Amino acid sequence: MSKLNEESWLYTISSKKKLIDFNFKEIWHYRDLLVLFVKRDVVTLYKQTVLGPLWYVIQPLFTALTFTLIFNKVANIETGTVPPFLFNLAGISIWNYFSTCLTATSDTFKSNEAIFGKVYFPRIIVPLSIILSNLLKFGIQLLIFIAFYIYYYSNDAAIAVDSSIIFFPFIILLMGLLGLGIGMIISSLVTKYRDLKFLVGFGVQLLMYVSAVMYPLALMRDKLPNIAWVVEYNPLAYIIETSRFMLLGTGSINGFGITYTVLITFLILFFGIIIFNRTEKTFIDTV
Amino acid sequence: MRTKQITNNEPRTTMSVILKAENISKQYRLGLVGTGTISHDLNRWWARMRGKEDPYLKVGAVNDRSTKADSDYVWALKAINFEVQKGEVLGIIGKNGAGKSTLLKILSRVTIPTTGEIKTRGRIASLLEVGTGFHPELTGRENMYLNGAILGMSKAEIKAKETEIIEFSGCQRYVDTPVKRYSSGMRVRLAFAVAAFLEPDILIIDEVLAVGDAEFQKKAIGKMQDISKGDGRTVLFVSHNMAAVKNLCTRAIVLENGTSVFEGGTEDAVSFYLRKKENVIDNSFPIELDKGNILDFNILDFKRNNSNLLLGEKCSLELKLEIKDPKSTKINIRYQLFDNNEKLITTLNTYHHDVNKILETKIQSFICDIPNLKLSPGFYDVGLQILDLNTKHVLFQNDKFSEVVVETGDVFKTGKLPSKQNLGVFISEQSWEIK
Repeated sequence: MSKLNEESWLYTISSKKKLIDFNFKEIWHYRDLLVLFVKRDVVTLYKQTVLGPLWYVIQPLFTALTFTLIFNKVANIETGTVPPFLFNLAGISIWNYFSTCLTATSDTFKSNEAIFGKVYFPRIIVPLSIILSNLLKFGIQLLIFIAFYIYYYSNDAAIAVDSSIIFFPFIILLMGLLGLGIGMIISSLVTKYRDLKFLVGFGVQLLMYVSAVMYPLALMRDKLPNIAWVVEYNPLAYIIETSRFMLLGTGSINGFGITYTVLITFLILFFGIIIFNRTEKTFIDTV
Repeated sequence: MRTKQITNNEPRTTMSVILKAENISKQYRLGLVGTGTISHDLNRWWARMRGKEDPYLKVGAVNDRSTKADSDYVWALKAINFEVQKGEVLGIIGKNGAGKSTLLKILSRVTIPTTGEIKTRGRIASLLEVGTGFHPELTGRENMYLNGAILGMSKAEIKAKETEIIEFSGCQRYVDTPVKRYSSGMRVRLAFAVAAFLEPDILIIDEVLAVGDAEFQKKAIGKMQDISKGDGRTVLFVSHNMAAVKNLCTRAIVLENGTSVFEGGTEDAVSFYLRKKENVIDNSFPIELDKGNILDFNILDFKRNNSNLLLGEKCSLELKLEIKDPKSTKINIRYQLFDNNEKLITTLNTYHHDVNKILETKIQSFICDIPNLKLSPGFYDVGLQILDLNTKHVLFQNDKFSEVVVETGDVFKTGKLPSKQNLGVFISEQSWEIK
C-alpha cells in the first residue's frame, strides 16, 4: 500500500522551503475570504464618522487644492494648457492608490499577527485584499475626477482624452502590482527588522517628490538635468506621466518608459512573492 | 526511564493513516531579537552558500523552562514521531511548556518545523482561534461570515448553516448589532459556534477554549464530544484535564520537555503522565534547612504502610525534623494538597491546632492524623512549608514536596464504593431516609 499512499498525501508541512510555493488551487479555495476582507476594509473604514464615504473624495480634493495653490500659484509650475487643479487631481488620485497599497501591504504581518498566529490561510489573501479594496476607493476618486473633467471640459479647457485611454486599466493594474510587490518585500523584512517601519513613513513622502506627481516629467529634464535621472529611472514617474497623458492629453508617452516600467514591476513582484513566501512560514517566531 | 515507550498493541480496525509526523523538531531563539540577529543571519547565509548545515542547529538545549539555559537556542520540540488513523481521537497531554502549543502551531500551519515533516491526507482546522479575526465594527452576522471564511469555509457553506450557528450561539437578538457592543462572553459564544460547525477532515481541539458561563461550557464540551465521538471525525485533543482525555480519546501521546515520552492507549498514557509527575519528586533525606534538617517524611495509610491511601480510611503524614536550636525555634508545619490542575484542595496546618509547644529535644516528629480521609480519588501534590513562628522566617517551602494517591474506598461504610468519576472535589458525610 505504501507506494500508492505516498502519492495520495493532500499536503505536507515541511521544514524545507521551496523557492516559489504558490498553491493557486488553495488561493482559489479562499476566494470568499478575499471578497469578505475587501468588504470589511471598505465598509468599516469610515464607520461612525459623520461624512462617511465622503472622506474618500475629500482627501484628494483638498490635497489637489493645496498643491494647486502652493506649486502652481506660488511656485509657478507650468502645467501647459491643462488646468492645474485637474492636473494635480489626476496625479494625486493615482499616487494615492500606490501609496495606500504600499503602506497597508507593508504592515501585513505586523497588523495581522493575531490571526496569523492562530489560523492558517494563504497569507497572500491579505495583501491582495488591500490592493482590491484600495482599487474600489480609487474608483470613487476617479468618478470625482470625471465630474471635474466634465466641468472643465464644458468650460472650454484645452483637455482631450487620448485614444490610448483603453490601456488605462492596465496602467492602474501596473501601479497596484508595484505597490503590492514593494509592500510585500517591506512587510517581510519588517517582521525581523522593525527599523524599516520608520523608513516607510517618510520614504513614501520622499518618493512622491521624485515621481512626477505635481510636475510634468519634462519640467524636471528642463530645470534639473543633472539629477533628472532619479525621476527618469523611477517607474512610478512613468506610470503617472503616462496616465496623465491618457486622461488629459498632456506630457509624453514613450515605449521605452512603458517597457522599462513593466519589466521592473514584474521583477519586483516576482521578488516580492518569493520573499513573502519565505517569510509567511516562520514570521510568527520572530515578529 | 525517559525513553520508556510502549506501543499500542491493540489491533487497529481502520488501517488508513490520515496524518503522519516524521521527526518533527522546532528550535526557538531565547531572549530578545536584537543586534545579534543580523550577524546570526549572515552566518547562516554564509554557511548555506558553502553548502553547509545551519551552524545554529547544532546548539540548543533541551526545553526545560525551570533551568537556566546555557545556549541562546532551545528545542521546543525534538524528534516527534506519530501517526494518526482515520477516525481516531488522539490526546496530546503534557505539562505547561512541554511543547503542546508548538506542536499545535505546526499542525495548524502557523509555523513550519525546523526539521522533519508532517504529511496529511485531509484538511486540518483547529478550534483554537476563538474570536481572532472578529472586526468590532461589523455585526454579528457579518463577523460570522468573515470568521467562517478565515477558518476555510466557503460563503455557501456558512449560509447553509447560518440559522444553526446563530441558534447554537444563543445570540439571536444581537446578531445584527456590531460586535463591539457584545459582552466578552457573547463574542466567545459566537466565535465558538462558527468554529463548531466547521467540517474539516482533521480537527484540532484545544480544551482551554471551553470558556463562557457554565451553561455554555456544558454546551461547548457536549459539542466537542459530538464532534469527536459522533461523526467519526479524526480529532487531535489537547488538554490538561485527564478526565476529559480519558472520556474522549482512544489513544494519547505524552509530551515532556519537547520530546514524546509515551505513546499508547489513553489509560496507560494518563497513568504514565501522572506517574511521571510523581517521579519528578525525588527527595533524598536529609534535606538541609537553615536551622536544621528534614530527616524523613512519610505518608502512611491506615495499616501504616507507605502505599496508596483509601478514601474514608485513616491516614497520617509524618515528618521528622532535626532542629539545631530547639529552645529558640517554634516550628509551624503547613501541608497543602493540590490536584492535577494545580488547584489547592485542602490545607493541614499546625497553627490551627494547639501543638506549638516548645520541645527541647533536637529530633522531633510531627505527626498529622486524618481520621477519615475525604479526598476524591486521584493524584495530589503535597506541598510543605516549615516556618519558624518566633522569627517568621520560612525555613522550607516546596509546593511539590511529595505526592499522594487516593483510591476509592468504603467511605460511607455501606460496602458501596463510589466510582472515581463524577464524585466531585468534596465528599460529604451523609445520611438518607425516605419518609
